[in-house]
Order: sequence, then C-alpha cells, then structure tokens
Amino acid sequence: MNKEPFILAVVVVFTLVTYYLVEPFAHSQMHKHYESEGFTYKDLPALTKTGDATRGKDLVTGAAACTGCHSIEADGFPAAMDPTTAAASYGVNPPDLSNAGAVYAPNFLNDLIRNPAHALLVEHKFDASKGQMHPMVAFYGAGGDMDQEVADMIAYLQSIAPKAEELTPEQAYETACGRCHANHYVGWTQIGETPRFKYEKDALAFKIKLLEYQDSLKKYMGKLPPDLSIYIRSRGEHYIKTFVENPQNYLEGTAMPRVGVNAEAAEKVIEYLEDSGDYKRHERESVGAKVMIYIIIFAIFALLWKKAVWRDLH
Amino acid sequence: MAHFTKATSVHDWLNQRMGIDTVRRVMATEYWIPKNINFLWAMGMVLAITFAMLLVSGIFLLMYYQPNVDLAFDSVNYTIMKEVDFGWLWRHVHGVAASVVFLIIYIHMFTGIYYGSYKKGREMIWISGMLLFVAFSAEAFSGYMLPWGQMSYWAGMVITNLFAGGSLHADGLVEWIRGDYVPAQAFLSRFFMLHVLLIPLAILGLIGLHFGALRIPHVNNQDGEDIDFEAEAAKYKAGDKAGSKVIAFVNDFMSKDMMVVGVYLVFFFYLVFYHYGFAMDPVNFDPADGLKTPAHIYPEWYFLWSYEILRPFSTDIGLMAFAFAQVIFMMLPFLDRSPNTVPASRRGLFRFWFWAMLIDMIVLTAMGKLPPEGAFSTIGLYAALTFIGLWILLPIITMLEKKA
Repeated sequence: MNKEPFILAVVVVFTLVTYYLVEPFAHSQMHKHYESEGFTYKDLPALTKTGDATRGKDLVTGAAACTGCHSIEADGFPAAMDPTTAAASYGVNPPDLSNAGAVYAPNFLNDLIRNPAHALLVEHKFDASKGQMHPMVAFYGAGGDMDQEVADMIAYLQSIAPKAEELTPEQAYETACGRCHANHYVGWTQIGETPRFKYEKDALAFKIKLLEYQDSLKKYMGKLPPDLSIYIRSRGEHYIKTFVENPQNYLEGTAMPRVGVNAEAAEKVIEYLEDSGDYKRHERESVGAKVMIYIIIFAIFALLWKKAVWRDLH
Repeated sequence: MAHFTKATSVHDWLNQRMGIDTVRRVMATEYWIPKNINFLWAMGMVLAITFAMLLVSGIFLLMYYQPNVDLAFDSVNYTIMKEVDFGWLWRHVHGVAASVVFLIIYIHMFTGIYYGSYKKGREMIWISGMLLFVAFSAEAFSGYMLPWGQMSYWAGMVITNLFAGGSLHADGLVEWIRGDYVPAQAFLSRFFMLHVLLIPLAILGLIGLHFGALRIPHVNNQDGEDIDFEAEAAKYKAGDKAGSKVIAFVNDFMSKDMMVVGVYLVFFFYLVFYHYGFAMDPVNFDPADGLKTPAHIYPEWYFLWSYEILRPFSTDIGLMAFAFAQVIFMMLPFLDRSPNTVPASRRGLFRFWFWAMLIDMIVLTAMGKLPPEGAFSTIGLYAALTFIGLWILLPIITMLEKKA
C-alpha cells in the first residue's frame, strides 16, 4: 500500500496547525481589532441644508475669517506665512484649503467648523473649560441660519476642489497627513518636497527651516510624528485605515487627531503609502505569475522524469 | 608518476588528470540508496536547494547592503526594495527561504526520529545534523540583526542578555559580545561578519561532514531493514533493477528528489510572491529605536519552542531549562537505549513518545508567541515541564522496549 499520501497529509496538517497558531491566532490575541466604518463618521451629524458656493466663498473669505490662517492657493489666496513661521504660531501649519472639499468628509467638515476639538477627537488635549484652546477658532455663525452658512462654506470648498476621481495620491497625503508626517522614501518633508539645491548652504538653510518646524511640531504633538515611508509594510492597510478613522481606538489619549478623510481620499492616501513603501508591488504580481507558470511546468517535467526512471525499478 | 597518453577527447583529458569517471561512479551512479523510501527522504535535497537559494540571493543582497547603523535600514528597505532592479525579489526569496528552511529542517529531524535514523552506526549523521541546526540557528539570528529594525535591535538585546547567565551577572561577557553596552555599530559589524562569512563557512563544512557521515552507514529505509548493500548493488548492476533493494543516487534517487523539489518549489514561490508576510515581521519595518520597546518581543517562529522553555520559569531555572533544550536533541542517539531501528509505530512506548514530543513542541511554539498571560502562560509552563519530562523518560521507556 502506498503510504505517501497519508504521510503528506500528516506533514501538511501539522504544518498548517503550527502556522495557524503562530500567525493568525497569535496576532488576533496580541492586537486589538477594529472593523472599518467606511469613513462615514457616524457620530457626526450629516448636513441638513444644500449649500451655495458663492455665498460660501463670501463667508470663507469674509465673516468666518478662514483665510486669516488658511491659504487657498487654488482660488488665489496665498499663504500669509511660510510653514515654519505658521507652525511657530499655531503648532502646526494650518492646511491649504484648495483640496479640503475633496479630501474631507462633509459631515466631518460640518462638525470641524463648529467645534474643531470635537471633530478631531482631541478634547482630552484641548478642553476649553480649562482654557486649553484649540488653535483653530470655532465658527459661531455670521448672523444667519448657521446650518445654512456651514453648508455654504462646504459647498464652496467642494466647488474649488478637484473631483473625487481627479484627486491625486499626493494631494490627499499632503492635505491630510503631510504637515505632520514626513515620508523620506518619496522625499516629502513636513514643509514640502525636498528641493534640489545647487549650493550646500541652501540645502542647510532648508534643513534649518525644517528642524525649526519639527521643533514646533514636537511641542504641539508631544513627539515628532513618525515618518510614514514604509508604514504600509509595518502596519498594513487595515490598521492604517482603522487607525486614521479613529486614532483613539488603538492609542487612547494620543495627540493624533481624527483626520476626517472620506473613503476616496483614504484610498488615495493608501496608494501614496504603497508607492513609497511597496513600490514594486505591480512588478511582484506580474513576475510572480510568470515564475509560478515556469515552476509548475518544471514540476510536471520532474514528475515525468521520475516516472520514466522508476519504470524499470518497480 | 602517473602515465599520461595523448587525450582523445576533453573527457579523456580530464579523466586522465581528475579521474572524473571514478568520481562520478563513487558519488553518483554507484552510490547506493535503499529503494524502500518515501518522499520524506528527499528533504535533504530540498534543504540543499533551499540553502543554494539562500546563498545566491544573499550574494545579491550583499552587493547593496550597508552594515552601518545609520544606513542599514534604508539600504534594505529603500535601496534594495526600491532602487535595485529585482532587489525586492532577492530579499523576499532570502527572507522566505530563511523561514522555510527551518520548516524543512524540522520535518527532516522528525523524519529521522520517527524512523530511528540516528541509531546503529548513524549517530554521526544525527550529530552532524544537529550541529548544522545550531549553525543555521546562528545564521538566522545574525541575519535577522542586519535590517536593523525594531525586532533586530530588541531581539539582539534580549538574546545577548541571556549570556549574562541570570544570577551569575556576567555583564562583562554581554558587553564583550556586543562590543558596547547596548547593540550598536560594533554589534552590527560583527554580526554582519558572522552572517556573511564565518557561519556560512561553518555551514559548508558541516554539510560536507553530514554527507560524509552518511557514506559508511548508508541511508536508512522505511522499515529500518538491514540491507546487504554489496549484494543488492551486484543484483542491480547485473540488470535486476526491479528485484534489487537498492537504487543508484543518480538518476534513480535524484529523479524522485527532483519530483519532490518541483512540488516544493511551487509551494516556495507561492510564499515568496503571495504570502511572504509570515517570514517578514511587520515590527521589523520600523527602524531600530533604543528608546521604544515594542509591545511584544518574540523571536521568529522556529525559535519559539526553545524561547517558551526559557520564559515560564524564574531567570536562573529558565536559563538552565533553555540550555538543556539547546543540547538535548544532540544526545538523542545515546538517550535512546533501545536496540530497535524501526519506525516509531513498531516501537512500543516510543511511539507515543514521538507524537507527544511533536505535539508538545507545537504547543511550546504557539505559547512562545502568545503574550505570557493567563491560560497561555500556564499552558506554556506545563508544556515546558512536559518537554523536560519526556527527555527524562526517554532512556527509561526505551530500556523497557522489547527487542523487535
């Protein structure tokens, strides 16, 4: 009787049991697991009014005073200060709002404009009753229907932002993550892409600006937020997505705010992280398929050779 | 002096000078292997192929790796993974092979234990094999240091700490090994040297010893049958291939080896391209940081069983148990007191000993990774005690064994 299939089954079963115990099972016991809510932010109310972009522009650039701190390059409002100076004032460089309408979920913006610390889930750090004010000043209304005013502002931001399908991974990362997180595998720093310099003194001057920015950021966040170059390998897509949806889940009390990205922008951020940390993934898939075909053909020939050789031995 | 004639061909020219026909006969066509074997007998060839892949992929990685604490991490994760053409492929082959080679080693070891292939003249095969296991372990550990990620750093810290010997407080020895108070440049440089030169040399030498040790006692067979190799070889050479109990290493045995290697490589490359995560711990994709201890520190899966023998006890007892676990497999041929060289299924209590040992090591492996809390730490403690107990029982149950 040929015992080999039975022996193979024994080897395979013990191998798989060991694999299951040290990989999926052990990791399920070691790490908390959260399911994604699809970046819907269910705790935040949806917009009830339809906004008007023209009125929204008047509010953003006027009564609501957004442009006092935020630049909107796409609509001709340049930054008043360079990132390093802005970070010295606010802790972190306030984001340019050109892409905000495409990157952030509408119900998140709705809450953010009215109560930043609440939307960002950093009320443990910014408690107004203790005088800990969030650097972004809340909008208290411009005298009319506040729901309508906020809806107008959001409509304006959406009107100037790229369409969801046109948003690039760089725009999503730079707006949502890049002011705190460097990514040196693609040359990104918290104050922008590292330029090429002809003279070393210019390179050093840039580095000093960056270090000053990082010092402000350290003070604001408690530590320098990590470089995300290969977070796609060290944390994986699922962790990154569920962490970004609500950082407090995994790290209670963390200074990292809920960023409020929508589902499409989250995919773009993941794509950006894959480009920096898993750059050769497409090549891996195509080479993988070819190698598998080659090796299966090899195995078939090896099997036929064995059969031919052993014909005389039995 | 040897007599040389004008060569009639390149083959003849070489044959006169190198005796290549004799070498071929002795090493291949008339190197006799029993016919009564199964695919587990191909694990040696599978290991040789895997080692060859480790060597070749390692050579390519060595061309770009920088053994410097400031550059090592990015030289692996940026230069090799992104800039070098197919650098990712060499790295994934190297990483997956380093993990899979231990799976095959364990299968190879337990095959030997099951069929009693460490007895009756085959003791040196077993001992040289266990020395290879030690050398591969050292090679795996030193290689794990090189990417200089969080797990590299902290595993280096934990494992070198073991040399302090608990209450002996041999801190000087630990510093001597590290070349510093903590793992740093001196540590990385010397583990780099160990990984790319000294240990591979030792492995190559030990592979030679392992093969050499096989020659006189011959390969064991599925039934532990004592084969008269000369008589059976004569039968084979006389043309009675079907009636002979032996086969030639080349092509007979080799063709079966290659069939198993073919199936193995399908599995191997599936892992390399589609399921490499198990061999490349995510934690090691964070750069080494001496100020940030990872939440869970654990070795790679193949060291977990011995790690778990260390962990459930107090420091000194744990270290003694750990030292016991490291050497005890080497002693197997002398602790097994039974004269029977037959499969475990025909060996009385040893049959149960074998499966108990296998299952206990899997339990230890699982508990070694899980956080040492609650039920896991209790199970781990009992599994460690069971491991020690099984080895103490081994001479007794094998002495009681009847002659088969």
